[in-house]
Amino acid sequence: MRIAEHAEVQAPPSLVWEQVSDPSRVLDFFAGVTRWECVGGPRTGLGARYRMLMRVGSAEVGGLIETVEFRPERDLAWTSVTGVDQHGRWRLRESRNGTRVELRLQFGVAGGGIWSWLAEQLAGPIVRGNVKRTLAELKRAVEHEQVRAEAARRRAART
Amino acid sequence: MSRATTNGHKPGRFVRVPKADLDERDPDYIRETLPRLWLLSSLYFRGEVRGLGNVPEEGPVLLVGNHSGGNLTPDTHVFTLAFSTYFGVERVFHQLAHNLVLSMPGLSFLRKYGTVAASQENARRALEAGAAVLVYPGGDYEVHRPSWERHRVDFGGRKGFIRLAIEQDVPIVPVVGIGGQETALFLSRGEHLARAFGLDRLFRLKVLPLSLALPWGINVGDMLGHIPLPAKITVEALPPIHLREEFGPDPDIDEVYDHIVRLMQETLEALAAERRFPVIG
Repeated sequence: MRIAEHAEVQAPPSLVWEQVSDPSRVLDFFAGVTRWECVGGPRTGLGARYRMLMRVGSAEVGGLIETVEFRPERDLAWTSVTGVDQHGRWRLRESRNGTRVELRLQFGVAGGGIWSWLAEQLAGPIVRGNVKRTLAELKRAVEHEQVRAEAARRRAART
Repeated sequence: MSRATTNGHKPGRFVRVPKADLDERDPDYIRETLPRLWLLSSLYFRGEVRGLGNVPEEGPVLLVGNHSGGNLTPDTHVFTLAFSTYFGVERVFHQLAHNLVLSMPGLSFLRKYGTVAASQENARRALEAGAAVLVYPGGDYEVHRPSWERHRVDFGGRKGFIRLAIEQDVPIVPVVGIGGQETALFLSRGEHLARAFGLDRLFRLKVLPLSLALPWGINVGDMLGHIPLPAKITVEALPPIHLREEFGPDPDIDEVYDHIVRLMQETLEALAAERRFPVIG
């Protein structure tokens, strides 16, 4: 199943990138995610590996993921190494009002057959809800950061 | 599926506890069937498992649970799903079950999930292989307790799991579940009946339970299982107990037993206090 949602953030891509590329901040805004831990290797960047889990229904699902694309202020993509088959992508593009942020999650439920299909159909709306809340939370966090940065600049200019 | 014990019972006359083939566990099979388990757990039992972060990330560990729900043990399904998705099917996880369960027709798939016949030897071998092992000391005795005792941890004085943990020097993680005993109206363990029929001597069965359950109405023995009511199942894993660190180099079995049962009882009562209604949760 492929889920893609987007949001317009009134801040430059660099500020959004700071948030999404920093593994220590993921738990602050990624809805439903209960774990996002570095597992050896680089902390961030191409090849960085994380153990991630997202609560979906009665289970925390996820596994080991690896960053496979890392183009600062544009794209950050990961794919699963173990656990649930998944591909994820943060796609940032400069827009008139700031940044268009898109979060894509593609996942597959193992096994095939009617039960797996049914599980996927039921998990889909839960994951979509998490993705939407994530974007809303990210927008809030980045725009708040933007306001604080501007206030700090004004303070500095006054003194 | 009454999962059972490491209580060191003598084998029954007609039932020997077979030596487990740990290699029967099949991670690919587990991965492919997890969606089914997820549906059952999420939709039917509205399962909720807390505290899995308390389970050590790696190495052997003895997970000690209270047991509920008659022979169907929904708490085991909910916990197995949560454990397998949290740690991944790559982490070796075995559950101990009464050997009668594994010899029932149609339940051989449990071996692929890592279920092995409950015995000290099988548990020892699994721990030596570095696995996480789930044991229900109360076994058939606890799983068929009357529904009005549903908020009571009752291992029936079985302490073999503590000797095992000391011998293997592995931490114990208590796992407390609630809701399973609301999936039917359990009336009596039928211990007198079991003794009268010699089930203990023949099959290592301490009980011949009596319950009101779907679709049978009055259900004697629960050998064919039943349709469980969709009770909300909540399970909580507690912080690990390192016996030698907490109780000295030569821990007293009775002291450890009292400590673990008290901890689990307190947790079960806290979980019970969160529930507003039976079944609904």
